[in-house]
Amino acid sequence: MWTYLLKRIGLALVILIGASALIYMLTMMMPADYIDNQTAAAVQNGSMTLEDVMRLKELYGLADKSVGGIARSYGKWLTSALRGDLGFSFLYGRPVSSVLKDYIWISFFIALFSFVIEIIIAIPMGIKAAVNQYSAYDYTVSVFAMAGTALPSFFLSALLMNLLAIRLKIFPLQGLTTATKVFAQDAHLAIFLDKAWHLVLPIMVLTLLGIGGTMKFTRTNMLEVMNSDYIRTARAKGLSERTVTYKHAFRNTMIPLVTSLSGMLPGLFGGAMITESVFSIPGIGTMALRATQQGDIPFIMGYNMFLSILTVTGMLISDMMYMVVDPRVKLK
Amino acid sequence: MDEHKQESIDLTEFSDADLEQHFRVISPGRMVAKRFFKSKLSIVGLAMIIFVFLFSFVGPMVVKATWGYGETQVFKVERETDMVTVAKFKAADGKDYHYYDRSKTTILFKAPISADHWLGTDTSGFDIFIRLMHGGRISLIISFIVIFLETLIGVVLGGVAGYFGKWVDQLIMRIVDIFACLPTLPILLILSATISSIEAIPAEHRIYYLMGFITLLGWTGVARIVRGQILMLREQEYILAAETTGISAFHKIFRHLIPNTMPQLIVSATLGLGGIILYESTLSYLSLGVPFPRAAWGSMIALADPSKGQEILAYYPNMWVPAGILIVVTVLGFSFIGDGLRDAFDPRMKR
Repeated sequence: MWTYLLKRIGLALVILIGASALIYMLTMMMPADYIDNQTAAAVQNGSMTLEDVMRLKELYGLADKSVGGIARSYGKWLTSALRGDLGFSFLYGRPVSSVLKDYIWISFFIALFSFVIEIIIAIPMGIKAAVNQYSAYDYTVSVFAMAGTALPSFFLSALLMNLLAIRLKIFPLQGLTTATKVFAQDAHLAIFLDKAWHLVLPIMVLTLLGIGGTMKFTRTNMLEVMNSDYIRTARAKGLSERTVTYKHAFRNTMIPLVTSLSGMLPGLFGGAMITESVFSIPGIGTMALRATQQGDIPFIMGYNMFLSILTVTGMLISDMMYMVVDPRVKLK
Repeated sequence: MDEHKQESIDLTEFSDADLEQHFRVISPGRMVAKRFFKSKLSIVGLAMIIFVFLFSFVGPMVVKATWGYGETQVFKVERETDMVTVAKFKAADGKDYHYYDRSKTTILFKAPISADHWLGTDTSGFDIFIRLMHGGRISLIISFIVIFLETLIGVVLGGVAGYFGKWVDQLIMRIVDIFACLPTLPILLILSATISSIEAIPAEHRIYYLMGFITLLGWTGVARIVRGQILMLREQEYILAAETTGISAFHKIFRHLIPNTMPQLIVSATLGLGGIILYESTLSYLSLGVPFPRAAWGSMIALADPSKGQEILAYYPNMWVPAGILIVVTVLGFSFIGDGLRDAFDPRMKR
């Protein structure tokens, strides 16, 4: 097992290095970067010359856009990234890693909450739909779940905002705190509740978008198990339908479920670009979208690398979990 | 039990002519079609997609023929509205004053629903109903071209990897791994931003680059499916039989192996169409897709973005809700059809 694990980790590193090179190349292709955007006005009115701009770019290693130049600056980036230094964000004026560290938690909070709610709702729904295959319940739940996955996040957000924030005025429209409210320094609970209230709509959006996938996954796997011979044996023994479903069938459905859900865990740190920006939640997704729009190359690079690491870690975790939850699996 | 036995003996005594009379011979294709149409959801999905297709491809032609205008025709519909301004302020004398102002203004755009403009006009005076049709056309064309390209690349690379194995497989699959681990949306944003700021590329051509980018980030799924299938198929006897006839590797891959992966490919392509439409509309939402006067579903919903003011989000649902509904209908339709096809192709699913 340990050799397998080491082999997988080695492979993951190779993938990450390849991905980082690819992302770096693509990012450097962006013709207008932050320095261009910031200095455009100064160049226009003559307070800065093009040479000044070039000197600035030289300083940040963005000047040479030839293949050799990109390779050299990639080498520099990689060596410092391996030491944990992701560079300095132009837009936010701070080291990229500290921006990531600060804004990750709010995104993680939203994602974790919606992930938990999603699991609580989707798994029982999937089981019930599979047990009553082709029933009215199965059809209704499947259609609603699939409609959830077919919704673009920005459209669902707009619908919920229109209905729950503007018409019914239950939830605040945007932001993380009520701007007009002044809290006492030590009113931690009140501040926390105010923030949580602002996060209800984004969490609702992410949950509705995610339920369909998990529900369908549960249903498909459950159906596969329900058709196997040992379930027929269990029924033939005269066990109640309840015991057959939850004790015999569901335990085997857990294998793919745990494997794939645990693989999603690292992704919870990645942030939801569109949903967060629509609701103006200052999470990592909003920060990344702004950075991308403004051409903040160090931040874009750091964020995309971070996402790739999360994806690869997720793959590793689900491989590991596969061995842990299913004792029959022996990997070499 | 006896009865059953009797019946099977009778069956063996049927002559060929009798068999033809009593049993219909159906081809595998017909069987798939029969199983496909048995499911209600696939029929619903098919109806949804046919509707969207007629709406987006025939619709603009009908409009052009009857009224003679397209997506960028500007209509100025005059109407008067009340503009109410309310404010509360504390004046220098320490008292609270309430300020209330009501004025009449004439606006030309954002016309309400009427017989002339079935869904009204938008902030630029374009007819929303007609823009929906043109937006659908863009989404459908992009999704079909992208899925075609993805399948093409995936089949070639996956086929080669699965057939030759060894270092070829290792190399191709590592490339697949690297591409699969790129974060799709952020990278798409970077690429589209790059394209829209290069002035040498005319705005109308942006869409072709866009298709290329979505393909670049999406072909890995097909490659994995094809490789897996071919690894399984190449061990089967019929390939051994083909090999003994001495045919070339190219023919073996593309004439004997790939056709057998078709069911999986068709299913994954149908299910993939919806995902591409969602990516395309997200890019249009961020105004990185089809450039402005052209219509796209995503950019129509972008009008409701509360960061640009709540007016449209709150008071003009006719501008953005229909586009969203059409996206949902299209994506849902494709996934219903995809699911139906998968069940129809799967021989284990005999009910």
